[in-house]
Amino acid sequence: MTTYDASFRVWRGDTGGGALEDFKVEVNEGEVVLDIIHRLQATQVPDLAVRWNCKAGKCGSCSAEINGRPRLMCMTRMSVFSHEETITVTPLRAFPVVRDLVTDVSFNYQKAREVPAFVPPKGVAAGEYRMQQVDVERSQEFRKCIECFLCQDTCHVVRDHEENKGAFAGPRFLMRIAELDMHPLDAADETGLDRKRTAQDEHGLGYCNITKCCTEVCPEHIKITDNALIPLKERAVDRKYDPLVWLGNKIGRRSGS
Amino acid sequence: MTQLERQQWDVVVVGAGGAGLRAAIEAREQGARTAVICKSLFGKAHTVMAEGGIAASMGNVNSGDNWQVHFRDTMRGGKFLNQWRMAELHAREAPDRVWELETWGALFDRTADGRISQRNFGGHEYPRLAHVGDRTGLELIRTLQQKIVSLQQDDKREFGDYEARLKVFQECTVTRVLKEDDRVSGAFCYERESGRFFVLEAPAVVLATGGIGKSFKVTSNSWEYTGDGHALALLAGAPLLNMEFVQFHPTGMVWPPSVKGILVTESVRGDGGVLRNSDGKRFMFDYVPDVFKEKYAESEEEGDRWYEDPDHNRRPPELLPRDEVARAINSEVKAGRGSPHGGVFLDVSTRMPAEVIRRRLPSMHHQFKELADVDITVEPMEVGPTCHYVMGGIAVESDTAAARGVPGLFAAGEVAGGMHGSNRLGGNSLSDLLVFGRRAGLHAAEYASALAGARPAVDEAQVDLAAAEALRPFSAEPQEGAAPENPYTLHQELQQAMNDLVGIIRRDAEMRQALEKLAELRVRARRAGVEGHRQFNPGWHLALDLRNMLLVSECVARAALERTESRGGHTREDWPAMDRSWRRANLLCRLADPTEGLAATDPVRGQIRLVREETEPIRADLLALFEKEELVKYLAEEELYE
Ligand SMILES: Cc1cc2nc3c(=O)[nH]c(=O)nc-3n(C[C@H](O)[C@H](O)[C@H](O)COP(=O)(O)OP(=O)(O)OC[C@H]3O[C@@H](n4cnc5c(N)ncnc54)[C@H](O)[C@@H]3O)c2cc1C
Ligand code: SF4
Ligand code: SF4
Ligand code: FES
Repeated sequence: MTTYDASFRVWRGDTGGGALEDFKVEVNEGEVVLDIIHRLQATQVPDLAVRWNCKAGKCGSCSAEINGRPRLMCMTRMSVFSHEETITVTPLRAFPVVRDLVTDVSFNYQKAREVPAFVPPKGVAAGEYRMQQVDVERSQEFRKCIECFLCQDTCHVVRDHEENKGAFAGPRFLMRIAELDMHPLDAADETGLDRKRTAQDEHGLGYCNITKCCTEVCPEHIKITDNALIPLKERAVDRKYDPLVWLGNKIGRRSGS
Repeated sequence: MTQLERQQWDVVVVGAGGAGLRAAIEAREQGARTAVICKSLFGKAHTVMAEGGIAASMGNVNSGDNWQVHFRDTMRGGKFLNQWRMAELHAREAPDRVWELETWGALFDRTADGRISQRNFGGHEYPRLAHVGDRTGLELIRTLQQKIVSLQQDDKREFGDYEARLKVFQECTVTRVLKEDDRVSGAFCYERESGRFFVLEAPAVVLATGGIGKSFKVTSNSWEYTGDGHALALLAGAPLLNMEFVQFHPTGMVWPPSVKGILVTESVRGDGGVLRNSDGKRFMFDYVPDVFKEKYAESEEEGDRWYEDPDHNRRPPELLPRDEVARAINSEVKAGRGSPHGGVFLDVSTRMPAEVIRRRLPSMHHQFKELADVDITVEPMEVGPTCHYVMGGIAVESDTAAARGVPGLFAAGEVAGGMHGSNRLGGNSLSDLLVFGRRAGLHAAEYASALAGARPAVDEAQVDLAAAEALRPFSAEPQEGAAPENPYTLHQELQQAMNDLVGIIRRDAEMRQALEKLAELRVRARRAGVEGHRQFNPGWHLALDLRNMLLVSECVARAALERTESRGGHTREDWPAMDRSWRRANLLCRLADPTEGLAATDPVRGQIRLVREETEPIRADLLALFEKEELVKYLAEEELYE
């Protein structure tokens, strides 16, 4: 087994500010960046703050920026770096720092609350839901989301524009709207809620100029831009400007279900 | 009197996994003002990692399924040690709990006729596990999380405040359940971010904290699994039940070392994957125990036919309950027929086309590719046993989920004992979370509302003590020249000891040695010191978790030493057979140490006292669901003739 000492540069600090600190730390074959951060905790800096849970890319807790790129620490293998390279680990830039690699991600939880929930179809009892696999697959792709918030971190609309945060839900939660909109049994329109329209009017879909940066960083390889945002935009445009298309969609949908 | 923030709630739920969230939803829907508190961010609890599915006898794929069959399978899997009333409620209510998730927006994989698809799993007679690829836990937790959000949206409309009746305190930890006399009065907590203490005053507390795997070195469990709820219950005076039963999942990753223990879902076998040793042999055919002989295929051909025609063939032995498969792998490796990194081979690559593998097992494909450079569509995986689940837990009343002996304390999910007997079937945990999470929430809310104005008061002395206890690691003083101990080192030594001495195969002398080691660690843990300040300080949190891990580990070791037989998740080399006379015996662990875990350095006496208890006889109509010939294998003579 090959073992070597790597050079790490880790941001340490809190709300009052901080700086990058240099470390030399042992690396063994097969390890990931999170293993190295844990080794630093166990041997050099016991109070180094970091979030993690599953260590298998399933919970979306260990998000950070590695050499400036938003990534999951538990899914970034050390073998992608050369032994000589200095590896820089910093907290997510779009969110305020709490301490070291831990940021305040409450922005995301706030946005989650602003998206109206699934509306169950009236008159369909629990146990009576019937949906075809092909019809649920589109929304299922979006439900693979592990809420790592890497897409939220990377999107230029908020990354360096604090001022846009109020108006913009971010790719993850625009995708949530698309997910509900494509849910075969969501009955939002029966309650007068037009999800596509609210995406545009209330959640800032218009800010997105489809750069696809969010798709690139998504560890679940969800095609956020192509499969969620663009369809949402297209239909939002349809609906806004063409009442006939809007009506047609609604009728087609009713009779199809 | 310690100055800290206090809030009043009707019900406090400790834990935001499947059990905690389901409990909170129910309590809130019953009208109780409910607080949920959890160590990680909302939506990150361990439940998110569950892969294979939720067991419920909906009968969508094989209409022969019903609750009675599910009940039978569960009892067999648990080797009849299950608290049978829980197994009954679970089997009866699981389908409703799954269907209800659809009304909250869950999207399970479908059958051709549009129902929820169900897959095969070890120990389940019919395809029974509702699933979403191999990320079922994510779907479960996200659905519950989104249901909570929708209840909060209702409150926002009604009261202008999302958190009027349901609030999640994320990244906060409970270190003590508070009581007035024998009744619950609240919970003492700290917030990770700031290190500040606060008290949630409430007459009803639901513990839903999950398991204990972090006391073992090789485990599929995350840092949260330090047995907090188990310890909180013990410290509050409630007993733990059957703590010797720990499930070692047969298939964890074994290489590279940094991922050792990470789970490889049982769906791999349920969907057709097979186990082979270094000779290329499907060795499981050699390990079918007598009690299961009639139910499993005797040849590879028969086993393979079963996937297509389950009515006329018996299932392959790769799908035996987990304890059997884990022991078999252990024996093969010991006999020198293991894989290069000390496991065995699990192969799907020769069993189905690459594109089917990628569709049915996407996250396994991803996990092996990213973490081990193995493409499971072209080569086998290397796997070995990993500590996965604890069957033992807080002793509860079956119907109400109330912890025995402490009014106002409830428990649900992995932290509760009894439901799974000596061994849990795959998929039966997620359904357990929903069935008993709901029951715990319901009864906690009813209990709280029945008390009305006569709520127990918070005892200030207990708050002061809890604060002092939590701050101790900052003032750890060198005693008699010994330097403060590093909590990380203590944790590693504990994990190594439990893994080596109270692991998958147990021996009398080793367990005694473990008890000695635990005593030594208890002494050293009192000197565990931390650096830095109180804000988001993982070293400090680990130092506090050590108390819990030491208590729980002692329970496991003591109960395992006492039970002189092998059954389910408890295997003794010196007592290799299952003993019918032990079937009715429950071992209860209680706190023995009057200073509540601060002293107790004597390895012989320790902190835990064991009490042996005879279980209630199984109700006659439930017994009648089994053939007499089968019952003889499990039940003692006198039980058969009762
Ligand atoms: C990799 C893996 C795969 C699995 N797959 C399956 C499967 O396919 N099917 C199945 O049925 N089961 C499966 N299981 C088992 C199942 O996932 C768990 O048993 C179950 O999720 C436990 O749920 P829970 O609600 O009891 O606890 P958890 O989901 O673990 O939640 C515990 C909660 O308690 C909180 N908590 C703990 N201590 C404290 C404290 N002191 N203060 C405050 N909060 C605290 C935690 O933060 C967390 O929110 C799997 C387990 C693993 C590890
Ligand atoms: S595609 Fe849209 S949401 Fe995604 S990063 Fe670009 S601007 Fe942001
Ligand atoms: S969409 Fe992808 S990148 Fe964004 S939060 Fe979800 S998993 Fe993370
Ligand atoms: S620790 Fe769960 S995604 Fe990295």
